[in-house]
Amino acid sequence: MKKSQTQSVANPSRRKFVVSSAAAGGGLAIGMQLPLGSALAATAQAAAPIEVNAWVLVKPDDTCVIRIARSEMGQGTLTGLAQLVVEELECDWNKIGYEFPTPGESLARKRVWGEYGTGGSRGIRISEDYVRRGGAVARVMLMQAAADQWNVPVSELTVDKGIITHAPSGRKTSYGKVAAAASKVTPPDPKSLTLRDPRQWKVAGKPLKRLDTAPKLNGSLVYAIDVKLPGMLCAAVKDCPVYGGKLVSFDEAKIASMPGVKKAVRVNDTTVAVVADTWWHAKKGLDALPIVWDEGENATRSYAQILDHLKEGLTATNAFAMTTVGDTPAAIAAAPTRVEAVYSTPFLAHACMEPMNATVKYTPERAECWVATQNGEASMAALSETSGVPLDKCEVYKTILGGGFGRRGGQDYVRMATLIAKQFPGTPIKMVWSREEDMAHDFFRPISQARLQAGLDSAGNLVGLHIRVSGQSINAFNGAAMAKDGKDTRQLQGYYEAPGDAQFGYTVPNLLIEYAMRNTHLPVGPWRGVNTNQNAVYLECFMDEAARAAGKDPLEFRRALMSKHPKHLGVLNAAAEKAGWGTPLPPGVHRGIAQFMGYGSYSAAVAEVSVTPNGMVKVHRMVLALNCGHAVNPDQIAAQVEGSVAYGLSAALYGELTVENGRIVEDNFHKYGILRLAEMPKVETVIVPTYDFWGGVGEPTICVVSPAVMNAIHAATGRPIRRLPMRNPVEALAKA
Amino acid sequence: MAKLNINGKVRDVAVEADTPLLWVIREQVGLTGTKYGCGVAQCGACSVHLNGNVVRSCSIPVSGVKATDKIVTIEGLSPTTTHPVQKAWLALDVPQCGYCQSGQIMAAAALLAKNPNPSDKDIDEAMTNICRCGTYQRIRAAVHTAAASMPGKRAKTTA
Repeated sequence: MKKSQTQSVANPSRRKFVVSSAAAGGGLAIGMQLPLGSALAATAQAAAPIEVNAWVLVKPDDTCVIRIARSEMGQGTLTGLAQLVVEELECDWNKIGYEFPTPGESLARKRVWGEYGTGGSRGIRISEDYVRRGGAVARVMLMQAAADQWNVPVSELTVDKGIITHAPSGRKTSYGKVAAAASKVTPPDPKSLTLRDPRQWKVAGKPLKRLDTAPKLNGSLVYAIDVKLPGMLCAAVKDCPVYGGKLVSFDEAKIASMPGVKKAVRVNDTTVAVVADTWWHAKKGLDALPIVWDEGENATRSYAQILDHLKEGLTATNAFAMTTVGDTPAAIAAAPTRVEAVYSTPFLAHACMEPMNATVKYTPERAECWVATQNGEASMAALSETSGVPLDKCEVYKTILGGGFGRRGGQDYVRMATLIAKQFPGTPIKMVWSREEDMAHDFFRPISQARLQAGLDSAGNLVGLHIRVSGQSINAFNGAAMAKDGKDTRQLQGYYEAPGDAQFGYTVPNLLIEYAMRNTHLPVGPWRGVNTNQNAVYLECFMDEAARAAGKDPLEFRRALMSKHPKHLGVLNAAAEKAGWGTPLPPGVHRGIAQFMGYGSYSAAVAEVSVTPNGMVKVHRMVLALNCGHAVNPDQIAAQVEGSVAYGLSAALYGELTVENGRIVEDNFHKYGILRLAEMPKVETVIVPTYDFWGGVGEPTICVVSPAVMNAIHAATGRPIRRLPMRNPVEALAKA
Repeated sequence: MAKLNINGKVRDVAVEADTPLLWVIREQVGLTGTKYGCGVAQCGACSVHLNGNVVRSCSIPVSGVKATDKIVTIEGLSPTTTHPVQKAWLALDVPQCGYCQSGQIMAAAALLAKNPNPSDKDIDEAMTNICRCGTYQRIRAAVHTAAASMPGKRAKTTA
């Protein structure tokens, strides 16, 4: 049984986000949210689009609505995927809209839209083939419908911007006119269709404007935190500040008479919620609620203990050796010049601007969730498991996310909202975390340290390299099998021998790469770029230290090791060339360079930095080169690169979560510093696609930002930076 | 009970005196374009105009606002989303996730109202709102673009 768009719109419980760039003219898109059961919905139904296939709906006015399964969190996937569909569909880009099919519809239609998960920079690169074929199938069906109508061979037809022409007879029709007939045409086998060569793209590959900008300019876009449902109550929550601690009791009577407060409820073993008529009332009630915690054994954990635990891993005899080439210890021991350095990087919070939140309406028969999620299907699974309502009686309505960065792949907040809503059957509950709760109960970027040793021969060539990373494992926290016995390659992301994903870019005759798993009591998870961040800092800062010891230019030192890694070298050269590596700079300005690979893409950066005598750093300019194989929207790629500089530099300068009595100390932005506009360098993006692979975009470039800046500071001051965050003024420079 | 003039409309709201203006705007008045980000006046997602000045509404109790004070939220900046700042934001595709952008736009509009031709340094000082997506470079460029298109400078802009 197909659930068509018409049925979806007609169902008053379904919130849809339908956007049309054609409606307002002048390229100004209008964000139109269909309110529940309103007259607007009826109007929309009258002009209901016809589903040609799962990916494409066509309205009578020729507007094509493109279905997007992946989540949009600012990374531009929505626009990029639409470009890929439209490239093959051959409709008019100026007359398109989009919608997010729900995970429930996906389930009912045997996952016709494929994967919903939006992480690991996979949104476009994993789905590009089937979404392009989806567009191509719809085009073939629409053209066949026209051919049938005119009783001519389809081979005599051409199409341009949704207008189908039969040149021999001079007849023309449009997608909107043939859509109804097209929907009844037997679709061709998608695999039988030939996709357009990306070098000939007309819509994809162009720096087109985003489809979702207009409603972000006037407050009309409804984020999950803005959802309002009839009869809805709001919940504020407090989870035990110490991980592993428990909720013992709370004294509801003390807040019962507070304005708007309905009830205080136990959410799970560790969390209490106050439910009220507004979120502000819920929060006030929660702040006043006497709570007794059993903080457990972790309440004695300190930051110093965690740092010592990791430090021990740097020299422990027992570690997982992922890469062993030659005899590295012997080669280094025999080398006339030896270099050694120890680096450290901290726990980090994602700090999405929209704090975690979810709205759940539960009855024993049906459970629904309105949520900003990086994985709609995982959210629906969490809703079903937690509510006990079967999956086919659950539904999830995805909003555009107010930031994701990996945080919204975890479904803890969906489970929590469900557990609260389950105690209020029939009443929608909007649960919103305070910023303090959001900071304290993240899946943090794992803390790690690294010890690197190198041996240089008398000519300054790198003959041996030993990398030992010690730190917490995301896989171990998640209980994944691949972390068994500490053999977790993921924590060595970017150091892989295998090509294609996150390959080590240098050839070294003696190479030893090891990981010592040192876990903590804190939860960890993917944070934009994940482990490439730390690992690029370690490797690329150390390459500069080695180059310095060899008396060589850092760029030349790297190039000599990269002949077998032409794509790594390609972006390094592209960044160096654009930045004018080796050319004079204004007095006091110095350059640093770095390269790394992650998410199937190759990245390099050059930073231009000056440092005042008291250690104040200013990053003037950054040039980043990216080879992501195919560039679907160069302007949005540039936006991602610019964003990665801000997110990466914020972490490099200020990002650090510390631990006291087992809990996170930095609970809001006055303690967890964030880069502001005044510190944003000028960013130039160089995209060098080679068209022979599909790589990611959202995450690859962030990892080269920090090491390029750190290397520039080293160049400026002669002193290496080995600990993040640096702070500003840089602590390592102040300590003379 | 408080009387507030929001976007030119006077409204009575039944709230406790210590309720932050942000939550009155979002939960009582129902204008959700103004966002909650930190609650401690650090991030600026809640920025609105109070008598033409940009303020962080999460940290202003409703008791601190008089009925004669004029509050403008993102929804009231322009009935047609054509304030020069909004047009510049659209032209440069500034937003990514967009969550902080209401506040960024309100901050930029307040800056330009006082200083129609801001230097980079002026922008540095006025635009202190947090954006986690990292749209800062485009925000700076868009403020300059908006400045060039402010009324009285139409000649410089394209139609």
